[in-house]
Amino acid sequence: MSAHSTAHDFKANASRAIADTQLTGNLKAVRQNFIDKRAKAVKGLPEFEALRESGKEIKDHTLAHLDLYLEYYAQKVEESGGHVHFAADAEEARKIALDICRKVGAKTVTKGKSMITEEVGLNAYLEANGVTPVETDLGEYIIQLRGETPSHIIAPAVHLNKHQIEGDFRRVHTHLDPARDLNEKVSLLTEARGVLRDRFLVADVGITGANFLVAETGTSIIVTNEGNGDLTQILPKVHIVMTSIEKMVPTLEDASQILRLLARSATGQEMSVYTTLSTGPRRMGDLDGPEEYHVILLDNGRSAMLGGEFQDMLRCIRCAACMNHCPVYHQIGGHAYGWIYPGPMGSVLSPSLIGVDEAGHLPNASTFCGRCEAVCPMKIPLPKMMRHWREREFERNLNPALQRWGLGFWAFFAKRPRLYALANRLAIKAMALIGRKKGSFKGLPGLGAWTKYRDFAVPEGETFQAKWKKARAGR
Amino acid sequence: MALFATCLVDSLRPNVGFATAKLLEEAGCRVEVPRQTCCGQPAYNSGDRATAKTLALQMIEAFESYDYVVVPSGSCAGMIIKHYPALFAGDPNLAGRADRLAAKTFELVSFLVGVLGLKTVSARFEGQVTYHDSCSGLRELGIKDQPRTLLASVEGLELVEMKDADVCCGFGGTFAVKYGEISDKIVTEKCANVTTSAAKTLLAGDLGCLLNMAGKLSRQGSGIEVRHVAEVLAGMAEGPAIGRAAQDPALVEARS
Ligand code: SF4
Repeated sequence: MSAHSTAHDFKANASRAIADTQLTGNLKAVRQNFIDKRAKAVKGLPEFEALRESGKEIKDHTLAHLDLYLEYYAQKVEESGGHVHFAADAEEARKIALDICRKVGAKTVTKGKSMITEEVGLNAYLEANGVTPVETDLGEYIIQLRGETPSHIIAPAVHLNKHQIEGDFRRVHTHLDPARDLNEKVSLLTEARGVLRDRFLVADVGITGANFLVAETGTSIIVTNEGNGDLTQILPKVHIVMTSIEKMVPTLEDASQILRLLARSATGQEMSVYTTLSTGPRRMGDLDGPEEYHVILLDNGRSAMLGGEFQDMLRCIRCAACMNHCPVYHQIGGHAYGWIYPGPMGSVLSPSLIGVDEAGHLPNASTFCGRCEAVCPMKIPLPKMMRHWREREFERNLNPALQRWGLGFWAFFAKRPRLYALANRLAIKAMALIGRKKGSFKGLPGLGAWTKYRDFAVPEGETFQAKWKKARAGR
Repeated sequence: MALFATCLVDSLRPNVGFATAKLLEEAGCRVEVPRQTCCGQPAYNSGDRATAKTLALQMIEAFESYDYVVVPSGSCAGMIIKHYPALFAGDPNLAGRADRLAAKTFELVSFLVGVLGLKTVSARFEGQVTYHDSCSGLRELGIKDQPRTLLASVEGLELVEMKDADVCCGFGGTFAVKYGEISDKIVTEKCANVTTSAAKTLLAGDLGCLLNMAGKLSRQGSGIEVRHVAEVLAGMAEGPAIGRAAQDPALVEARS
């Protein structure tokens, strides 16, 4: 079982989000920033388009030979003194992690930001088994204090504002002076730093994710802006990298190509502040580093996507540009999607990983505006794949009966041009007659879902085709 | 050449069809209107590929004998241009026909500017207008400058850009009814941008988006008029705007 999902309740989740003015205000406050910063970074790099193409090619090639690269990578990790564990699903991944922790008698585990550990629900599992996980990324730390999940894949606490965070800090950090000033963002950051420093020092195991795995050298790479990832993986005796199989790239050169796309697309930086490469445990003569280095490679449904309609999704580098530009995400935020991955990338990925029965709403809740695909650094055709999910749902009869019936009724006429022309003319005339005194309907039987929110324009009264015929008859 | 009016124009706003024909004829084209229903987009986007294919084939049969097919809608043109080839890819009998139809199908404004080389139109329209870039036209077909070029030549018209003109209006076909609450929030934001632009008229190239925005503006009691860009370019914007009542016929008669 992966982390708990409420994706089936998407509509209710979205309603709740829309009604939460604090949330929608917070979302609105940050969204333009993401968009502007990315636009500026992209503009500053003339070869950005060429890089996208090259990034796509690198990933396509890797995915086509993923088995070989995984094998090669694993061999390289072992050669450098590390260990690779393959995990078929979330449960296996959790167990492997707990086993490693138990072997070294770990009480406290520090964690770098990792969506994969969220996907497998690692924190709750460790806690239930007597190991205390401590998130060290500021955003993750905040949501851990609140008992929440990330609402965004690179900015997990983006749904919160400064005052909410201040409230949480005051609630939890009771050992600090209640009269302290937490008005500035920096003071929040400094406080979190101070609290976390002690935890770094007592941690027995550090768990991070990986942005890339390099087959050539058996290296895992993380990018961070706070440096917490470095402390997480260097200070404890054991470093566990928990990540998924599609993070693979063949060479360091390939990784550096894609890194140029990642930060620009994500935060508009040229590079993240820290790009950290880890290859095996500490070697003789190294000044620091862990004594043990483990990589847990999660599949959890990904290999089943290879060779199919959704393979392109495995190119994703988790930059979040798609959700940062999504009009639906802008309105409802990440939690409404109901599972780990929000926004357009989640709308494609979640049904693959937790099933379309559970996550069927997500690929439907899109206007197909195409902005996600336009900004995706890996050129993933997100709308096209959402449509593929709709096709699967349609084939399996998963859409609501009324919707199918409506579509079928319309299609019956649309497939019969003469009948269509006749029926359409009659319907249009009737509508125009009812609405002849007004320009718009405030409500209309059968169109309630439309007129609940907006008026419906009264038709002119005759169809274009009929009018055209009449107008041209005399010529 | 053939005019594909689209089902929305056919049913709700024939004036856009006539405006399209006028623009094309004034540019020297011979326009015909073959019997038509729908391009199949609603079915396609609802996951009903079989119906989409049936309707696409019907379109191919009705339109493939013409030199050009022109459509006053970016999303319906995009359906034919980008998605028919995808629908029939690998089909030995139909792939070629779909590709050929796609190659000669154009959205109206991009046809006028890109194919016919038009830089100006002879029309008058008084006042400030703002233009919404409909998503499919913009991102599938690259329509951005073409309408602005032609609008700049309309006498009396001043184009004022709204904030986020290229952001979705929240229509999305069936999305607007399936996820009405979210759609409503998106269109509300769009209307706020339209309103702050200070333009008195909102234009776009897709009737779907126009109905959505006009419907919301009307619900808000806004005085902003909404029209299809073709109506303004063709000088056929005297009639009531989208969602506005026709003037009382008695009044019109009395005046003339
Ligand atoms: S789908 Fe594309 S834009 Fe979205 S997170 Fe993945 S790489 Fe980034």
